[in-house]
Amino acid sequence: MTPFDTTAPDVAGVRSGTGTGAAVELRGNIFEMTQAAENAVLRPVEPGAFAHDLRAALAARIARLSADEALAERHLAGAGETAAIADPSTSDGGSALPLGFVDKVANDTRDITAEDIAALRSGGMSDADIVRLCELIAFMAYQIRVVAGLRLMEADA
Amino acid sequence: MSRVVHRFTRTVPEWRPRVVPVRLEDATEAQLDALKVTPSNTRVSDYVLTLAHDVESLKVRSPLFNAILYDPGGMSRAERELGAIAASMVNRCVYCAAVHADRHAKLEKDGTVTDALFAKGADADLGPRDRAIFDFARKLSEAPPSAGPEDMAALRDAGLTDAEILDLILSSALFGWANRLMHVLGDPVRAEVEA
Repeated sequence: MTPFDTTAPDVAGVRSGTGTGAAVELRGNIFEMTQAAENAVLRPVEPGAFAHDLRAALAARIARLSADEALAERHLAGAGETAAIADPSTSDGGSALPLGFVDKVANDTRDITAEDIAALRSGGMSDADIVRLCELIAFMAYQIRVVAGLRLMEADA
Repeated sequence: MSRVVHRFTRTVPEWRPRVVPVRLEDATEAQLDALKVTPSNTRVSDYVLTLAHDVESLKVRSPLFNAILYDPGGMSRAERELGAIAASMVNRCVYCAAVHADRHAKLEKDGTVTDALFAKGADADLGPRDRAIFDFARKLSEAPPSAGPEDMAALRDAGLTDAEILDLILSSALFGWANRLMHVLGDPVRAEVEA
């Protein structure tokens, strides 16, 4: 796998032979590790309360909350029957997931308080699942911004 | 007693988790491996013990974090810290902002830039290169990201190379990740001084 086959450069349309491509190749190790992180966060061996299809749907939802339809489509491919969750206008998508919490961490991070975590715990979510859910949302925040930044570099080249 | 720190500061607070961290004595082999616990190194922070609940993520995140902030070449370490600080200010992660402002001041041997940022936020009086870097990182950190072609042009005008711009994208994006763990899963706290 070259850095250009990893999700962010691929979705952003970065290819070798450009200034942006050369910079990506220089940081090839970082793009490889970023892909390993995507695999760990979206397709972990131990998924806890969040199966792989659900994780893919959440990733697509978070990409859409940042208006990145191309990235959302990429993740939606793994969402299967849980795809309804990826629609940001649904408050539950037929699931029992705390989508309000997901949306708040994704796009109103600064407003999160201790009460938001306390509500998840009193709702019966385990601490391990709370951390898993936050890692997923947090990784997507990173991926969305790497894609957005690479697109800007490419457009400026 | 301790109180939650709400204002940006370079004096690094403690971090108090909102969930119960993994107890070292209960950790699995995989967790101990990701925590890099060895007989000679048994000190692990509550933050890392909290992230050990998702050991697969923790294991891949640590080397990625280090590579983005410390690998040689490209953007200077201090300027990568500026990207981290901009993200942490947008997301109001007081703990992350403190750690990386402290590092920035030490690398630069000067606290002027971070003093100005914490006093005046986005309106701080910065040199043209720091201005372009901070503004780009701040806008990329917003949700949705709002950085545009004019912000990219400002980086070019300030003399940044492709390699430096990519490092800035990576360091500020990385803190979009780190902030959503640190600020969401815990509180920055400081011990109350007895009057």
